[in-house]
Amino acid sequence: MTHATARDDLLKGLWKDNPVLVQTLGMCPTLAITNSVENGIAMGVATFFVLVGSSVLVSSLRKLIPNEIRITAYIVIIATFVTVADMVLQAVVPVIHKQLGAFIALIVVNCIILARQEAFAAKNTVWRSFLDAVGMGFGFIIALLLMCAIREVLGNGTFLGHSVFGPNYEPWVIMVLPPGGFFTLGFMLLAIAAWSRRKAPRPLRARPHDVTLQTQKAVV
Amino acid sequence: MSEHVHAAATELGPSVSPFKLISTLSVFGAVAGLLIVVVFQATQPAVLRNQAAATAAAITEVLPGGARYQTLFEHDGKLVAEVPAGVDTVPLEKVYTAFDTANERLGYAIIGTEPGFVDNIKLIFGYDAGAKQVLGMLVIEQKETPGLGDKIVKDTAFVNGFTRVATPLRGVKIGAGTGASGEIDMITGATISSRITIGIINHQLERLQPLIEAYEKAGGA
Repeated sequence: MTHATARDDLLKGLWKDNPVLVQTLGMCPTLAITNSVENGIAMGVATFFVLVGSSVLVSSLRKLIPNEIRITAYIVIIATFVTVADMVLQAVVPVIHKQLGAFIALIVVNCIILARQEAFAAKNTVWRSFLDAVGMGFGFIIALLLMCAIREVLGNGTFLGHSVFGPNYEPWVIMVLPPGGFFTLGFMLLAIAAWSRRKAPRPLRARPHDVTLQTQKAVV
Repeated sequence: MSEHVHAAATELGPSVSPFKLISTLSVFGAVAGLLIVVVFQATQPAVLRNQAAATAAAITEVLPGGARYQTLFEHDGKLVAEVPAGVDTVPLEKVYTAFDTANERLGYAIIGTEPGFVDNIKLIFGYDAGAKQVLGMLVIEQKETPGLGDKIVKDTAFVNGFTRVATPLRGVKIGAGTGASGEIDMITGATISSRITIGIINHQLERLQPLIEAYEKAGGA
């Protein structure tokens, strides 16, 4: 394994292959719990813990798990880590645990985690799987915090509970309600798509109507 | 069709014996179960401590200035300070009572839960049985609409409206009150949540007031 590969394993999840912003996985928690930065941190850290723990374990046991039952085995491993995270959060930060409600337990079915097991940890060494999980975990936290910051600042006028715009700010309540989650995510994905298109080499920048024109010419 | 099936079968490679599949999953399940039990045992004391601390803080909020607090259990249609041996107190409804330094009873703290606009609203309120007054109210749990229904927590005028009001409570629209004791100004834009909040207190008192009276008549033992 070269140095460049290890770096790439770690860094790809942060931006280039960000699980939320590029792969659009894990939409359920991304939309549901991102109405305050506090919630985002707790959800992000819990998912990070589950992802890293499961990836390391799945990768170290990958030769022992028969192919036929691999998904079942992954789910058992993931569910165990989620239950542990759930209990620890309940004991340590009961208020946040109450706010996140069912979404902690639903980390079990977060497709980011299962996707990393199936696509990466099941085929790679423990060290590479660890780096991949750390990168993807941080990528998820970054995406959640971006969403949370936008929604909490606009929808509540606060950041981590501290007032940002002063007492005269009228909060955009819709931003902390479910539609605000869709708006924020939509605009973020739009911005990222526009940005990556600008960065893409020329041939990829062909506009849809250029393609139509060419096709029409070909038909003619 | 049969070619597809054949191709799929060869891709899977040699089949593994069912025994190996079952034993692998059994070992996984057993280890996972063991781990969960260990973590549960380790975190449970902290969880119970947190719950007790949260309840204690809520009681102090609605019955301030208490020097001593006591838990009463609703058992067999009566309020009792001690249940007969062998009765589990966890599922029993509880009423808390506070005494000042001179051992005078300050009042009772009662918890009530009812379905709100979104999810259950759980609140605690202080009650003075002698004066038949609500002393104060604190919403413990709610998931009402942010900016509208959640004003039952954030609107200080509404929350302070529950200080020393005669029972039964009656919700009125702002400006429509007659000045009679027992009137609570409801929140504009959160009429349903306000009405439910007032309803929880009235329903709990309807049921518990006779029990509290009987308890006090019996000497409060």
